[in-house]
Amino acid sequence: MSAPLARTDARIPGALEKRLRARRDDGGKILIAYVTGGMGDDWLDAVRAVADAGADAIEIGIPFSDPVMDGPTVQEASVRALRRGTTPASIFAALAAAEVGVPLAVMTYYNLVFRAGHRRFARALVDAGVVGAIVPDLPLEEAGGWSEEADAVGVETVFLVAPSTPDERARRICARSRGFVYGIGLMGVTGERAELASTAREVAGRLRPMTDTPVCIGIGVSNPAQAAEVCTEADGVIVGSALVRKLLDGGGPDAAADFVADLRAGIDAV
Amino acid sequence: MSGPAGEEPSAAAGAAGATGGEPSVMGEPSAAGRFGDFGGRFVPESLVLACEELEEAFRSAWADPEFHRELDDILRDYAGRPTPVTECPRLSERLGIRILLKREDLTHTGSHKINNVMGQALLARRMGKGRLIAETGAGQHGVATATAAAYFGMECVVYMGAVDTERQELNVFRMELLGAEVIPVHSGSRTLKDAVNEALRAWVARVGDSHYCLGSVMGPHPYPWMVRELQRVVGTEARAQCRAILGGADPDWVVACVGGGSNAAGTFSGFVDTDAILVGVEAAGGAAMSHGVPGVVHGMMSYLLQDEVGQINEAHSISAGLDYPGLGPEHAHLSAIGRARYATADDEEVLRAFKLLSETEGIIPALEPAHALAWVVRHAGNEIPLGSTVMITMSGRGDKDVAQVRELLT
Ligand SMILES: Cc1ncc(COP(=O)(O)O)c(C=O)c1O
Repeated sequence: MSAPLARTDARIPGALEKRLRARRDDGGKILIAYVTGGMGDDWLDAVRAVADAGADAIEIGIPFSDPVMDGPTVQEASVRALRRGTTPASIFAALAAAEVGVPLAVMTYYNLVFRAGHRRFARALVDAGVVGAIVPDLPLEEAGGWSEEADAVGVETVFLVAPSTPDERARRICARSRGFVYGIGLMGVTGERAELASTAREVAGRLRPMTDTPVCIGIGVSNPAQAAEVCTEADGVIVGSALVRKLLDGGGPDAAADFVADLRAGIDAV
Repeated sequence: MSGPAGEEPSAAAGAAGATGGEPSVMGEPSAAGRFGDFGGRFVPESLVLACEELEEAFRSAWADPEFHRELDDILRDYAGRPTPVTECPRLSERLGIRILLKREDLTHTGSHKINNVMGQALLARRMGKGRLIAETGAGQHGVATATAAAYFGMECVVYMGAVDTERQELNVFRMELLGAEVIPVHSGSRTLKDAVNEALRAWVARVGDSHYCLGSVMGPHPYPWMVRELQRVVGTEARAQCRAILGGADPDWVVACVGGGSNAAGTFSGFVDTDAILVGVEAAGGAAMSHGVPGVVHGMMSYLLQDEVGQINEAHSISAGLDYPGLGPEHAHLSAIGRARYATADDEEVLRAFKLLSETEGIIPALEPAHALAWVVRHAGNEIPLGSTVMITMSGRGDKDVAQVRELLT
């Protein structure tokens, strides 16, 4: 596939699920990376580097003052981004002008969506070339208003399933989720963990028979070995804090790319 | 465009809210936990089940006479209920209006917070949870929760902003004396709102064995409803006591301070069906209702102090207990339907009111309810006509604030 075509592809509605399904149906495992938007001067270079190193899709965090689902690492990145004056608009402007080549989804908290207005936020995503949205403090019951506007413009809203989610509810969430189903790997917030929680594979094993949508596991997946372990049950993984840590530590786009390449190699071996 | 609040209700929200008929004022919220447009349950999926289980447990406990009997006994024998309503003749003469105080300052631990925590701890025990998590700002709710944990023999972990652990060292020591672990929170603005975030994060990780003992009528459903019900005792008692004092009449005005809004909600619930004018007084520097706009944080839709893109702002006042950038969703609703009004008091008039009550009545108020008093002082003889009867909830005593006030006055 030529690069320009890939870029156009990655921005059309439905690109997220299309890309992830293609990877899975190809017999491969899905790798989704997370980077906090605006966390440093070179954040966009890091995003591009991560895409080139083998991520199938990238979550762009829009920093929020009160990120209740995030642990210390993403919190630190959010604070840095906010101190640099990052806003949803500044991230959208940067992404609109960027050539990343893989589908992008924003990950943010509902107040930023609500404050902008559902319709305006959904359209801003489309204008920025972002095809998906993950709003972790917007559970199924509260998501109706946003989902309608997102659906109307083709933005794929990814919903999350927790280890505590009962099966009947998990089925409803899977049915509503677009792009992929985000399986929460452990009962806790984002952050690196020394060991992979047993719940990570359990959640994947429980969800996969429920849906044809790709099932990816995130939160607490911190290194290539853990990613590979999760992928014995899941269609793919989401790696956030461990990657953000490399950037916070000053490794820049190169360190991010090396890490993503290692993750890619890890899951490709499954 | 009018924004999401004005958009068509979604199919999901519509279905969830379809319980038939308008809920009564200060009755139960809708099935989705809404008071009008406000409230709800905006939590990560990992907490949805815990909130549902809590709602179910509270519903069943609250319908169980045995639970009420046990809670009433604890509130009487341990917390010191009922608290009196006190006439304030010297202050009344000074202001030209008749002032009655509901004396939550006389409870064990010195504020209305005890009503809520004893109820939630009893509920936690009923749910088989032996560990309490709490957030605290100044430390009042943390101290109350640590007290309840000691009483029930439970483990207790209190999250407190690092700025506040420094400002309120003595309360940190109190909590530790009571056997609680106090964890300073270094994230965000390192104050109450961040302590709530951290408590929610901690709850996600320990939902199996821990109950999150939230300190006010805020947070996701069922907290705003549950905490108001646990504080209802303030209003129920006060109404009967006022009638006894006033020859069967109700006060013309009922005034309470509003941080998250729990003492005000408990107070208002006793008077919402009378002709009393209900007033909630926020700190001028933390006036979510007066200066905020609708938004979602800490699991609820309510009025919040926030910037134009939706980042939450900090609140600042002399009273840490009112330094919260939001307020309970039911207050947003009471304001929207015009049943209660919300006003502010600034630091300077609060200090004057603090001194005034101390000198005229021998009651040193906490800085929080001094806001309610300050508003009444400002309006006595103008908006509040001379000769009116005003009941103010004295939500706590001022011992905790004496050192700070001394510094401010010298
Ligand atoms: C004495 C007192 N009053 C009022 C408040 C504010 O809380 P709420 O608005 O929930 O009553 C506090 C909070 O710490 C307090 O300590």
